[in-house]
Amino acid sequence: MSASNLHMYVMIAPLLTAFFVNLLGRRSRAWLAPLALGSLAFSSLASLVVLGRVVRSGGYRYTVGNWTPPFGIELVVDHLSALMLVLISLVALAATLSALKSAEQELPGREHLFFTLYLILIAGLMGLVLTADAFNLYVLLEITSITTYGLIAMGKGRAPLASFNYIIMGSIGACFYLLGVGYLYLMTGTLNMADIARILPDISGGAAVATALAFMLVGLWVKMALFPLHGWLPSAYSLAPTGAALLVAPLMTKVTIYLMVRVMFSIFSVDYLFLQNPLVQSGIVWAAAIGIVCASALALAQRNLKRMLTYIIVAEVGYMVGGVWLANSTGMTGALLHIVNDALMTLCLFLAAAAIYYRLGSLDFDRLQGIYRKMPVTMAAFTVGAFSMIGVPPTAGFFSKWYLILGGIESGHWEYVAALLFSSLVNAVLFFRIIEIGYFFKSGEHHGHELREEAPLLMQVPLLISAVALIVIGLGSGPLVDSVIRMALPGGF
Amino acid sequence: MDYQTSIWPLAAILISLLGAIPIMLSGRSPNLRESWTLLAALGKVAIVVALLPAVLAGGGYEFVIAEVLPGVPLALRVDAMGMFFALVASILWFFTSLYSIGYMRALKEHAQTRYFASFAVAISATIGVAFAANLLTLYLFYEMLSLSTYPLVTHEQNAEARTSGRKYLTYILGTSIGLALPAMLIVYALTGTLDFKSGGILAGSGASPQVLGLVLVLFLFGFAKSGIMPFHGWLPAAMVAPTPVSSFLHGVAVVKVGVFSILRVIFHIFGADLLLDVNLGVVITSIASITILVASLVALTQDNLKRRLAYSTIGQLSYMILGAGMLSAAGMTGGLLHIAMHAFGKITLFFCAGAIFVAAGKKYISQMDGLGRQMPITYLAFMFGSLSIIGMPPLGGFISKWNLVIGAVSSDQLLLLVVLLVSSLLNAAYFLPIVYRGFFARAADPVFDEGIREAPLFCLIPLSMTACASLALFFYPDIFLRLAQLALFP
Repeated sequence: MSASNLHMYVMIAPLLTAFFVNLLGRRSRAWLAPLALGSLAFSSLASLVVLGRVVRSGGYRYTVGNWTPPFGIELVVDHLSALMLVLISLVALAATLSALKSAEQELPGREHLFFTLYLILIAGLMGLVLTADAFNLYVLLEITSITTYGLIAMGKGRAPLASFNYIIMGSIGACFYLLGVGYLYLMTGTLNMADIARILPDISGGAAVATALAFMLVGLWVKMALFPLHGWLPSAYSLAPTGAALLVAPLMTKVTIYLMVRVMFSIFSVDYLFLQNPLVQSGIVWAAAIGIVCASALALAQRNLKRMLTYIIVAEVGYMVGGVWLANSTGMTGALLHIVNDALMTLCLFLAAAAIYYRLGSLDFDRLQGIYRKMPVTMAAFTVGAFSMIGVPPTAGFFSKWYLILGGIESGHWEYVAALLFSSLVNAVLFFRIIEIGYFFKSGEHHGHELREEAPLLMQVPLLISAVALIVIGLGSGPLVDSVIRMALPGGF
Repeated sequence: MDYQTSIWPLAAILISLLGAIPIMLSGRSPNLRESWTLLAALGKVAIVVALLPAVLAGGGYEFVIAEVLPGVPLALRVDAMGMFFALVASILWFFTSLYSIGYMRALKEHAQTRYFASFAVAISATIGVAFAANLLTLYLFYEMLSLSTYPLVTHEQNAEARTSGRKYLTYILGTSIGLALPAMLIVYALTGTLDFKSGGILAGSGASPQVLGLVLVLFLFGFAKSGIMPFHGWLPAAMVAPTPVSSFLHGVAVVKVGVFSILRVIFHIFGADLLLDVNLGVVITSIASITILVASLVALTQDNLKRRLAYSTIGQLSYMILGAGMLSAAGMTGGLLHIAMHAFGKITLFFCAGAIFVAAGKKYISQMDGLGRQMPITYLAFMFGSLSIIGMPPLGGFISKWNLVIGAVSSDQLLLLVVLLVSSLLNAAYFLPIVYRGFFARAADPVFDEGIREAPLFCLIPLSMTACASLALFFYPDIFLRLAQLALFP
């Protein structure tokens, strides 16, 4: 392997391992952990090296098999995609540690199938952030979606139905995106993003280009569950097997936000997106703000920890979409930083939920009484994740929210500022309700003397690491923004 | 003014934060656990006092923890104003620690380990607020204080305590996230910095008076720990907490963190000159005056001793804000000084209320007739505390109130003078009957009250010391006076 195509190995490692997991894991489940963890550990290290190289010497483009673009497959390794690569591989590694335990409990005998899909999904996510081709993006989007449908359908109870809902909605989203790409192909005759961007300014046919943009955006919004296109997400994520939700919840929506940024700024120009149609731009910010408020309000109505978290995810999608469409560099910085922070916060909270579910078999609020006494370590980490969601400094969540609100103030979008503050307050209510139930209710049956029964070490370790990471990233957000995020801002900011 | 870089300000904060770890680990051995608390408390006082000489000489220290946002690091700075507050808080924490041990053990409270650990985190946050070099750092420690005191308010874990805890968080977090955070962001958007600077940072930012007024009001209500009306409801509710919590946190640390934050904003974000220019002082003084009068009137009607003290606190806190809002030299000095004077007085009163509860099990003033004859030391201390808060010589409270009166007169705000005088009368009206009935009224139930003696020494000694301190502050207010002047007129 040469130094210049290391990013390929980051993606290929989980893909190849997926086949071995299927073959060897079928015989003995002892193979699963070393294979899955080994490949993801490799990907994590390699992606860190890639990011380090990009930070030192700038981004680059890579043509697979030396087929020159626009005909060959082109990959783009810049600050943003390298950062996403690191994020995906580290989050996947942490999620896998915990998923090994929960899959053992929930899917006995089917673990090799589960992890086959799991690893293909990870490889697909990595491919998504690397690709520089509008059609490849569609293909990889379908790879990740189809594996996710499968993973969700492995859950108990009404999970297949939730998965079916997701298939319908996901396919509609994918079709929309593909239609948009089709329009662009008709107009320009190429699928390579940079190539399209080069040709677009020279051609007439504003309506067709606008239609293409609209189709692509709406397609991606369905996939990222932007309110009110979110209907499929809460059931799909809360009924999925715990291990699947661990991976999908932190990454899927965030990667789709990344795709929106990629499509917007690699194909279209800042001038076209924001300046020529200011009404559209502020309309989308308004929609995001309304989405944040509605999703937060819906989260209040939930009586189950995981369902509550899924509505928070929907609200957070609104944060990032709004941040991108604020059309200033502060908002953009906030949105990109929030991709990282939100992935980590969601990971932390879902890891905690997985640990609780492993012991209790339920995440309904009324079962959580006395949980702090029973699982103090898990709940300590959960509390850190909760503070980050509320936006308490110095956790990571505060700083991205800071940039987002500041961006809202700078651009005069007070409705977005108000929505973000409202959502922070709602998050405070949501999480302190759980803290109150879990900590201050004396459990009736045991008179407050529950046995201490922590989750297995394999679930605690990633949870604690993610909680510590939230504080470290928060305190280090200055350098992170300066050396990576600012560089990752699309041209024109 | 030049500040030396030093890690000691951070150490002053961390000593009790790290102290929380051995406290939690030694939950099985109460004596060991309490030694950690006392050790951390003594260490904190020692560090703060060690930093004092340089500040009195006109210098100070600073330390940058992390560069988190462009132009706004997480940074600490020991200046005169921060030192003023840190000195009050760290000294009183030591007394409270002693008192807590006596109180919690005498009542055989549950979950004492959680109690002492949360307390240690809370005092760290308090010192953090005092030493914050900019608004962001202050906000961080402000929130840390809100979160660490929540378990203390909810300590009893019954329905009433949970409701109070919920109310506490709703008011405190709701206002800080909903009002103070956007205000801070607007200031940042206007100036690109959040640094506390003598003379303020908003002067010359070109913001219109309307925007300045909005930001000011957002800050005033956003730091709701100051108990300013209409966001005061959490304070009486928080009285369900054990008395040491009420005395230190809701008499000194938490509430004064609110006032301190507001004063920081007035002095070092806006600057007195800017507020005078756009004539916004009147906004501050009118809100504060209303709070003072209404709270004092409500205090008259409370029969529960701790609730009466809580309403008294709400009123007294607004004295400090009122003084700052006068924007005259004496007024601002008086406002700042009242932080210290009121702290020593009010903590004495709360200590006494707790001592009465420990010794006699009584919460209501109407049941306390004649109790002073059985608990003379406690009642004497209570009298000292009351007189100090009323503002009578020879007690510390007189000094701050005297300055406030001069401030009102010198800036020709005679209406404020009336507010101050009426309120002092009301203070006397709600405090002195307690003392009088304690000593001279006939006991309601002589047979039952027969066996009541003074509270344990761990309770009695701290309350006597703080009462004496209130007295001493009348004769030797020099350190606090000097710090206040350094803070306001460098």
